[in-house]
Amino acid sequence: MRPFASTSTRMATSWRVTLFLCALLMACRGPSLASGESECRMARNSQPQTPSSDNGTAGEGGHGGGTVTTLPIVTWRWEHVKDPYLVALWVLVCWLCKMIIEANHHVTNIIPESALLICSGFILGGIIWGADKVQTFSLTPTTFFYYLLPPIIIDSGYHMPNKPFFTNLGAILVHAVIGTCWNAASLGLSLWGCQIGGAMGDLNIGLLQYLLFGSLMAAVDPVAVLAVFDQVHVNDVLFIIVFGESLLNDGVTVVLFNVFDAFVSLGGPRINAAEIIKGIVSFFVVAFGGSLVGVAFGIIISLLTRCTYKVQIIEPGFVFILGYLSYLTADMLSLSAILSTTFYGVFCQKYVYANMDENSAHTVKYAMKVFANGAETVIFVFLGISAIDKLIWVWNTGFILLTLLFILVYRFMGVFFLNWFLNRYRLIPLEFVEQVIMSYGGLRGAVAYGLAVMLDENRIKEKNLMIGTTLIVVYFTVILQGITMKPLVLWLKVKRNEVRDKSLLERVTNTLFNHTLVGIEDISGQIGDNYFRNKWREFEKKWLMWALMKPSVRKKQDQIFDVFHQLNLKDAVEYVAEGEQGGSLEFIRNESAFLDFKKKSSYSGDEAGIDNPAFMLDLDPTDSLQIPPWLLESELNSSMVAPSQRAQERLPRTPSNLNRLTPLRFSIRSSDTQQTDSDLLPPPPPSPPPTDNTQK
Amino acid sequence: MGSSSSSLNKIPNAQELMQETGFSAAHLLRLYERFEWLDRDNRGNLSPEDFEALGGLAMNPIGGRIICAFFSPGQDTMDFPSFVRILAHFRPTDRHRNKGGTQQELPNSRNRKLKFAFQLYDMDRDGKISREELLQVLRAMLGLQVTEEQLQSIAERAIKEADLDKDDAISFEEFKKSLEKVNIEEKMSIGFLQ
Repeated sequence: MRPFASTSTRMATSWRVTLFLCALLMACRGPSLASGESECRMARNSQPQTPSSDNGTAGEGGHGGGTVTTLPIVTWRWEHVKDPYLVALWVLVCWLCKMIIEANHHVTNIIPESALLICSGFILGGIIWGADKVQTFSLTPTTFFYYLLPPIIIDSGYHMPNKPFFTNLGAILVHAVIGTCWNAASLGLSLWGCQIGGAMGDLNIGLLQYLLFGSLMAAVDPVAVLAVFDQVHVNDVLFIIVFGESLLNDGVTVVLFNVFDAFVSLGGPRINAAEIIKGIVSFFVVAFGGSLVGVAFGIIISLLTRCTYKVQIIEPGFVFILGYLSYLTADMLSLSAILSTTFYGVFCQKYVYANMDENSAHTVKYAMKVFANGAETVIFVFLGISAIDKLIWVWNTGFILLTLLFILVYRFMGVFFLNWFLNRYRLIPLEFVEQVIMSYGGLRGAVAYGLAVMLDENRIKEKNLMIGTTLIVVYFTVILQGITMKPLVLWLKVKRNEVRDKSLLERVTNTLFNHTLVGIEDISGQIGDNYFRNKWREFEKKWLMWALMKPSVRKKQDQIFDVFHQLNLKDAVEYVAEGEQGGSLEFIRNESAFLDFKKKSSYSGDEAGIDNPAFMLDLDPTDSLQIPPWLLESELNSSMVAPSQRAQERLPRTPSNLNRLTPLRFSIRSSDTQQTDSDLLPPPPPSPPPTDNTQK
Repeated sequence: MGSSSSSLNKIPNAQELMQETGFSAAHLLRLYERFEWLDRDNRGNLSPEDFEALGGLAMNPIGGRIICAFFSPGQDTMDFPSFVRILAHFRPTDRHRNKGGTQQELPNSRNRKLKFAFQLYDMDRDGKISREELLQVLRAMLGLQVTEEQLQSIAERAIKEADLDKDDAISFEEFKKSLEKVNIEEKMSIGFLQ
C-alpha cells in the first residue's frame, strides 16, 4: 500500500505545481495584454502617457520613452522576455503533464499516454478559454512543421532498424504510395458522391476541394503510430511496415496536397492532361529528390565525423544541426522534408556511430530521445488545446461521420487488397491478424491537422469545417483506436516482440545463415534478395567504409565482435559490482592480471576491444600487474578479504584458505604462483567469469 | 504448359520427389535444368569439383562447408534426387499445409533446417560441435578482422553460453535450445524462382 500512497502524494504535489503554473500563465498574459494596449496608445500619442505606474514601467522598458521620476531598482520587463518565456513555460507545462500522467501505471496501461496528453490539452485549453474567451494558444503550422516535427523525424531515421526496413522496403513502398493514393482518391470521391446524394445537408464543396481534403486526410501519421505502437510491442515486421509507411507516405502526401492545392487555384477547366502528367512527374521528383537530399547530408555528416575527434565536446551537435538542415533544405526546394530527414538518419547512423567516440554516440542517442519525446508531448498537448476554440467549429454531422466511416473502411480495404497482392511475392506472408492490426493502425495525427490549418481560406470556404473534422478524426484514431489497440493485439494473439539479449552463438549462427543463403542461391542459380544484399555489403565494404569511416574503425566492423565486446563489458561491470557488494575491491589487486578495465590495448595494433591478459602470451611480467586506478590509493598489504565467489570460480573459498589465496597471481604462467597445492590452481581461467545462471 | 509435363518425364521419380520435398513441378524442372548445367561432363551426377566451378561459392567464406554439407559422408557424387532433397531444406515453411497428411517430417521443417545448419559446423559428423570446429567457422567468417586470441575468446564464450551439460561441446539439442527464439523459418529460406 505504501508505494501507492507515495505516488498519490506526488500526484497531489504535481497538481498543485501545475495549477500554480497555469495561474502564472494567465497572470503573464494579463500584463502582456495591458502593456500591449499601452504601447498602442503610446504609438498614437506624441507625448507618452503613463496611465498607471505599472504600465508605465512596462512601457518604459519597451521604448525608452516614458517619464521616469526616480531610479527603479527593479523593473518588470515582461515585454523583453515574453516570447521565449511563453515558449519555455508551455514546454514545461506540457512536460509536467507527461510527468503527472506517467505517475500512475495503472492508467497508462489501459489508455495510451498520447490520449491522456490530448485530454490534458483539453483541460488546459479550457482554462485558457475560460480566462481569455479566445484561444490565444494553438498549434500553428509553422511551429509544428519547423520546430516540433523535425526532432521526431531525425530520431526515427537515426534509430531506424535498417535491416528489417530494407528487407521489407517493397511492402512499405507499395503501402505508402499506392495505399495513400487509394485512401485520398476514395475518400474524396466518396464524400463528393455523398454530397451530391444529399447526405450532408446543403453543403456545397467542389470535387477538387474534396480531393484536397482527401489528400490531407489520407496520410498515416508517424507521430501517432510511434506513440501508440510504442506501448504495444508488436513484432518487428509489422511495426516496420506500418511505421515505414507512415514515414515514406510523406512523399505522396506532399505531392498530392500541392497538386490539388494548385488545381484548386487553377480551377477546374484549366486542368488538362499536361497538368496531370506534371503532377505524376512531380511525385517522382519530390520523392527521389527528397531522399537524395537526405543521403547527401548523410554523406556530409559521415565525412564530418571522420574529422571531429578534436572537438568531441560538440561532436554530437553536428548530427542534429545537419539533420535539421536536411529537413529545411528539402523543404526549401519544395521536396519531401520528412523523406529527406528519414534517409539522412538511415544512411548516416552506421558511419556516425562508428566514427564517434562512445561518449558522443551515447550523447547523440539520449539527446535525440529527449528532443523527440519532448516534441511529441508538446504536439499532443497542443492538439488538445487547439480544439477548445469556438471559432473553428463548424459542425456538419454528415460530413464528419462519413469521413470517419470512409477512413476506416477504405483503410481496411486498401490494406487487405495490397497485402493479398504482396503475399504472393513475400518469403514470409503476412498473416490475417497482422493485416487487421495494420489496417487498424492507420492512425491520423498532427500532420493532417497541420496541413488542414495551412489551407487557404479564400479559396476554400469550408476550411473550418475541414479543420474541425480533421481534429475529430485525429482524436478518434489516437484516443479510441489507441485505447483499443493493445486489447486487440492481445485478443488476436499477434506475434509480439520479445526483448531479449542475443547469445553469442546466435549472432555467429546469424552470420552463418547469411553466408549460407548466399551460397545456396548461388548453387541453385538464382539472383535473389541475398545476392543483392551481398553485393551491397561488398560495395559498402569497398567504397563507403573507405570513404566515410575512420581508418581505425574500419577493421572492427563486425557484429559478432561487437556483441562479444558488449558482453565482456557487461561482465566486467557485473564483476566489479559484485566485488563492491562483497566489501572491497581489493581482491582485484591480487588478480590484477585477470582483467584490465581500460579499453585500449597496447598489444594489438588497432583499437580492439577489451584485452584479456589471460591470452596475452608474450606480455612481460610487469605488464600483468595493471592495477585499476581506484585501488592505487588503498593500502597494498594483503589483508584477509574474501574474494567474490564468481571471481574464484574454481577455487575454494573457505576462510582457512584465504591466506593461501591472497598472494596468488593469476597469470597464465602458472610457474609464477607460489601456491603449494598447485593442483588447486586450475588451468588459467580462459575468460572473464561468465555470468552465473543465477546472476541474471 | 503442355511441354512441362513431357519434360517432367525426363526426371526420374518426379512425382515422388515432388511429394517428398514439396517442390512444385515448375520448381523441379528449373532445378533439373540447373543440375544439368552444373553437371559439366554430363555424368548424371555432381561432384565437389562441379560446385567449386561456381565463382561466387569460391568466394564465400563457408563455401567449402556448404559443398561438404551437400554430400553425404563418404560419398563424393550426388544425383538429382539428393540435390533436390538438400535444396528442399531452404523452401519457405508453408503455413497452410495440412498437418495430418504427411507422415514424415518435411525437409523444410524447422528441425531439418536447424540440422542442416548444425552440419555446417559439425564437419566430422560426430553429433557435437567441438571448440575446434567452432573456431574454424569463426576463423573463416571473421578471420581477417579479429586476432586469433580474440577468436578463441569468442569461441570459448559461445560454447560456455550454450553448453548445458558441460561437456565442452555443443550437441544438437543444445544448439536447438540456444536458437529457440530465432525465426529460423525466415533466416533459412530463399524464394525459389519458377
